[in-house]
Amino acid sequence: MSRKRIISVVRKEVREFRRNRFVIGTMAVLPFIFLITPMITIFRIPASASGPEVKAAVGVISLLLLIIPIAIPPVIAAYSVVGERDQGTLEPVLTAPVRASELLLGKAIAAFLPSVAIAYAIYGVVLISVRFGAAHVVSSVVFHPPQLLAQVLFTPLLALWSIWVGIGISTRASDVRVAQQLATVSSLPLLGFTSLLSFQLIKPSVPIAIGLALALLAADIAAWRIVSRLFDRERLVTGHRRTDASVRD
Amino acid sequence: MGRSWFRRRQVGLGWRPIRWQGWLVTVLAVALAVGTLTILHGSSARVPIVILIVAVYAAVALATGGARPVEAAVPEDQPIEGEAEIGVGGVEQRLALRALTSGRVSPSSPGEPALVVEHLTKRFGERVAVDDVSFSVDVGEVFGFLGPNGAGKTTTVRMLATLIAPTSGTARVAGLLLDPANGVEIRKRIAVMTENPGLYLRLTVAENLEFFAGLYELAQPQARIGQALAAVNLTGRANDPCGCLSKGLRQRVALARTLLSDPAIVFLDEPTSGLDPVASREVHELIDGLRERGVTVFLTTHRLEEAERLCDRVAILNTSLRTIGRPDELRDRLFTKALVVRTAAPLASPDAVFAVAGVDGWRADDTSRYVLTVSDTRVAAPAVTRALVAAGADLLSLAEAQHSLEDVYLELIGDDVEAAR
Repeated sequence: MSRKRIISVVRKEVREFRRNRFVIGTMAVLPFIFLITPMITIFRIPASASGPEVKAAVGVISLLLLIIPIAIPPVIAAYSVVGERDQGTLEPVLTAPVRASELLLGKAIAAFLPSVAIAYAIYGVVLISVRFGAAHVVSSVVFHPPQLLAQVLFTPLLALWSIWVGIGISTRASDVRVAQQLATVSSLPLLGFTSLLSFQLIKPSVPIAIGLALALLAADIAAWRIVSRLFDRERLVTGHRRTDASVRD
Repeated sequence: MGRSWFRRRQVGLGWRPIRWQGWLVTVLAVALAVGTLTILHGSSARVPIVILIVAVYAAVALATGGARPVEAAVPEDQPIEGEAEIGVGGVEQRLALRALTSGRVSPSSPGEPALVVEHLTKRFGERVAVDDVSFSVDVGEVFGFLGPNGAGKTTTVRMLATLIAPTSGTARVAGLLLDPANGVEIRKRIAVMTENPGLYLRLTVAENLEFFAGLYELAQPQARIGQALAAVNLTGRANDPCGCLSKGLRQRVALARTLLSDPAIVFLDEPTSGLDPVASREVHELIDGLRERGVTVFLTTHRLEEAERLCDRVAILNTSLRTIGRPDELRDRLFTKALVVRTAAPLASPDAVFAVAGVDGWRADDTSRYVLTVSDTRVAAPAVTRALVAAGADLLSLAEAQHSLEDVYLELIGDDVEAAR
């Protein structure tokens, strides 16, 4: 595994994203859409609101904030392999001495960094807004340590899962749009998981947050390995499935 | 992509407005932030609102911001060419090519060919793309791989470049056995220029090369990028987005990319496809330069005059290998030697005139044009000249009949292509 090759892939991907208005537009607009509702909700909760009312409202906010790392990455990740194939840049890359695992990890990191940065930035905006603008009852629920820990830990791990699903689909899809749609749909089951947390059906405590985070981390690493194995140079170059001795790396 | 409203700073973070739209957005953002702080003085909502304004401004700058200006990947003493597309065969280009290939040590053992292919076969389902192909290519040789569309040329290159696995057969590429375990190591030793240049059009020329320099883990990547660009005479275009380049220039960038890693074997798949004659000549000069530097070149082409001009040996493929050898060898192998005689008037008795040593037979192509089948032109030509003079014939010309590589190709492949139609 070469760090230099992975960094090269990350740098190239980030440069490409920065000049792709579709990607930038999606990454800029989606978070703001998910920010509007929490902001309005926060400022509408009166100081006299009851505990369950506040918890339900904060649950909605938390859910919306966890949707950001699930919804943004597939847009980028789904493009990563099939997009390169469509524009004819994949074959030259595959003739370079880069392993599939390095290439895919680089692409995943490039999708991960902006997604998580945006998700944290939006979360930061919400926290600052709550700290300075919301009623004290809201502040006490939002700043509950296990809630904060869950949000901080799950944001990158959910993003990573969503990215691997997107890249996995991208290695097998025949068209960029199909890949993006499938990746978005495939990320939806994660909403169930986030809902359990957001609405405190799974009571967030520090051990539960850490335990779930470790499980998600293990799933992310397994996903990386599985997607790397799904990456079939022959299929990507010729459209034919590999039938004989593998040339995987 | 339209023109940018903001430009990334050369050093550090952030963007600065460079067009009126950028300045308008900046002024609006500042006015909104100041207005919010003033009007909502005393309100706890003013801080989040200002943060929101800053975030929106940053998003707009990010969305409409252009590229960070890339440092020219060129040594300072390198002259910068203008917009004109100048040939790649100049002294500076040759010097750059020499610098690029100066550190190369042949990875093959002494005397071992650069490429050995044995009974290579590739099937896609029921379809046989390449059937039992065997050949070898010496170190420093320019080897032409010719064949009609669908003959299996690109499939062979892809197998040798470890992109696809052969169904059967083996090969040694740059001293390494073609094996999944050697994939990365083989790809370090070779470079492939695909028919489609495959450039990232949103990235600049230098950024495209930087990416590949990173994949090859090159030491001093900027210096090598400068040399590669100089070798293809693109020094002055280093910071141009590839999307703005003509097809010829993109092809040159792709060539620069193949030279970056100083490969032992360069696979060029239709390198002049779609190029105008001037651009094609530049590519030919570059291939000549590679030959001079001892780089093994595996050239896949449809252009027979190109193969004839550039290649030491050629192989003609149509799923299976039809023939292999030097172009002149192939001509001799396929066509009998002949002399073409033109006289001012028809000969009175050609049978008597052409009954000389070395001439095996003759036929009249025209009233005063004769084609003589000969066993050895060096014996037959003087004898025929003497006989014509002795017969009092007015000789206009006497020349050896020339068969081109195209004739060889058509002789071997023409029937297949016709049958396929």
